[in-house]
Amino acid sequence: MSSIDFHEIEKSYGATPILKKVSLSIADGEFLTLLGPSGCGKSTLLRILAGLELQNAGTVLIGGRVVDGVRPKKRDAAMVFQSYALYPHMTVADNMSLPLRMRRLNAWQRLPLIGRLLPGTRGASQEIAAEVARTAEALGIDHLLTRKPGHLSGGQRQRVAVGRAMVRHPAVFLMDEPLSNLDAKLRVQMRAEIKELHQRLGVTFVYVTHDQAEAMTLSDRVAVMLDGELLQVAPPQEIYADPDDRRVAEFIGSPKINMIEGVVSAPGRVSVAGTTIASDIRADVGAHLTLGIRPEAFRLGAYSERGAISGTVRLIEHMGSDLYVHLDVAGVKQPVVARLLAERAASISIGHSLSLSVEPERVLYFGDDGRRIRAHDKPAKAAAALVRETA
Amino acid sequence: MGSVTSIVEKRNQASKTPKRNTGRVASSSERRRHRMLEIAASWLLAGPALVLLIVLFFLPVLGVFAIALTDWQFGASSLAFVGLSNFREVFADEGFRVSLANTILYVLIVVPGTIILGLVIALLIESGKSCRAFYRAVHFLPFMATLTAMAIAWEALLHPTIGLVNQTLAALGIPTANWLRDEATVLPVLAVIGIWQNLGYAMVLFLAGLKSIPRDLYDAADIDGADAWLDRLRTVTLPMLGPVTMFVFIVVALKAFETFDTVQVLTQGGPGHSSEMLLFTLYRESFEYLRTGYGASVAVVFLFIVVALTLIQACVMDKRVHYQ
Repeated sequence: MSSIDFHEIEKSYGATPILKKVSLSIADGEFLTLLGPSGCGKSTLLRILAGLELQNAGTVLIGGRVVDGVRPKKRDAAMVFQSYALYPHMTVADNMSLPLRMRRLNAWQRLPLIGRLLPGTRGASQEIAAEVARTAEALGIDHLLTRKPGHLSGGQRQRVAVGRAMVRHPAVFLMDEPLSNLDAKLRVQMRAEIKELHQRLGVTFVYVTHDQAEAMTLSDRVAVMLDGELLQVAPPQEIYADPDDRRVAEFIGSPKINMIEGVVSAPGRVSVAGTTIASDIRADVGAHLTLGIRPEAFRLGAYSERGAISGTVRLIEHMGSDLYVHLDVAGVKQPVVARLLAERAASISIGHSLSLSVEPERVLYFGDDGRRIRAHDKPAKAAAALVRETA
Repeated sequence: MGSVTSIVEKRNQASKTPKRNTGRVASSSERRRHRMLEIAASWLLAGPALVLLIVLFFLPVLGVFAIALTDWQFGASSLAFVGLSNFREVFADEGFRVSLANTILYVLIVVPGTIILGLVIALLIESGKSCRAFYRAVHFLPFMATLTAMAIAWEALLHPTIGLVNQTLAALGIPTANWLRDEATVLPVLAVIGIWQNLGYAMVLFLAGLKSIPRDLYDAADIDGADAWLDRLRTVTLPMLGPVTMFVFIVVALKAFETFDTVQVLTQGGPGHSSEMLLFTLYRESFEYLRTGYGASVAVVFLFIVVALTLIQACVMDKRVHYQ
């Protein structure tokens, strides 16, 4: 069993708080990603879990056992580093066998020459070599065993680092931005391999990244971190479609979610960018809200002849199957970005005006504090999506 | 369709070929001019250094080689070509052989002593948190100071009756010695002074080397189970210090081979020949006995040893030490 529990972890460097009472439970065999921009404390949390750093307050449990003060090697967790941290003077085989040698041979047996003569060394060494060979074969790096890391490509080094972590069958796999040093193509390939590895080994993975694509594709659950706080922990789809916090909504999704200021103009009505949207959120009339609308939530004009957000086309980005249209809308500071089907390209040109409509249930509402304001009832489907303010 | 495209292709080729040719002619003459300019610029830039190197290094070395083949005495107006007889004399000379043996023994004490102590001090400073700058400065001072002046201080310390060393030993009840006048102790004592002088230099280089070891490697060692200090040292620190160690090794070995100041100031090679070293022999033969031809042949032997040492070190250690 290798579930992981963080209980109110706090960490600060001098006066700078890095982690503010972070609590998180990870199930046995789960793939959890810590996602956040650099400096949000995600790597620190991982290092505390690995035992490389000590928290100022709080408790870490691995498999139900409190591991505070337990040395990294006793935690049964293996780690893959961003830089791979391979020992440059050792061959691939030596790199991979080190964790096993350290655990199975005593200090005398590890001595360079004398060690080999001691009883038991030879048998244990052969066993280690066999296990390393097996792991290397599984990763497709068995032909590289005699080489040194300096003679390997980025992808090969990455595999060796994974192999070194894998070879001792840890209960928990920790990965600190393992793909960020690879080129884009290799990154996609290795992403799939890591996913496969998780399915094959079935152990708990904790993966740190700032790349939302990695987080979304790999994870069972994503934990979004910002400024030392956990904002939301949920499956990728939920993080995307149902964010708890404005910052989560803004961090996930590309192109970024459109954030438009609005005011509750009447019960069940929110006025925004010159139009009024039907809404069933409970907020006082006159309350200021921020509306989050994903670029793909927009429909080109025709949804409702009467109501639409209108603006001037400022920029068109062709992305193959999709079209990103940037729209200048009166009363909205940032250009509104809509993701439309590429077939629509012919009807859109820069400088011309364009109307967009949106389904009310796809609008996310955020309060002044950035928290999500949820509708308590399902919005009525039949209600017109956008109603002109004059209506 | 096919015929149409092939015709178009042919026409394209026809129209392209002559154009490309004229282009090549024009650009090749231009390229040659460009190359000439580049060559001229490179000679112009390298020239001053090259002239200095020839005048200050290669010509004197050649001069030494030439003098070594003559019986020239310093100040004499005549000289004769004597072939290799100077070298024969050098190798037959008991004094030279003792001097060579002393030098090698001295190097064998100073180099490992400096490297090990320098590394230990660097590791201690790096692992401590307070007064780092102070410890660094204190250990580096001897390297900055003039060795001749420092040698006089050492002479006072090692004085048989009023020296601090012997007084301390006597106070502790440990037998004393006449350190610089005893055949058994004089060379080790000079070696200790040599270590003391080079220690700071080795330490500073090791400190820089330690700083450049990626922290990730120590983290990886912790996770892999190599977290005892000896394991960390063997798995990460020492291998990663390889390039620095090679550099320290070469520099300290060369400096040790060239030891002259302490011998000249403290012992004059004595008692007997027991602290005579190569550079001192060279100096004494050339400038005290004025046997310049003989001294030049000692210099040639010395040069061969130093160059051979450097080449061996560079070849052997280069392969084992650089990783990337």
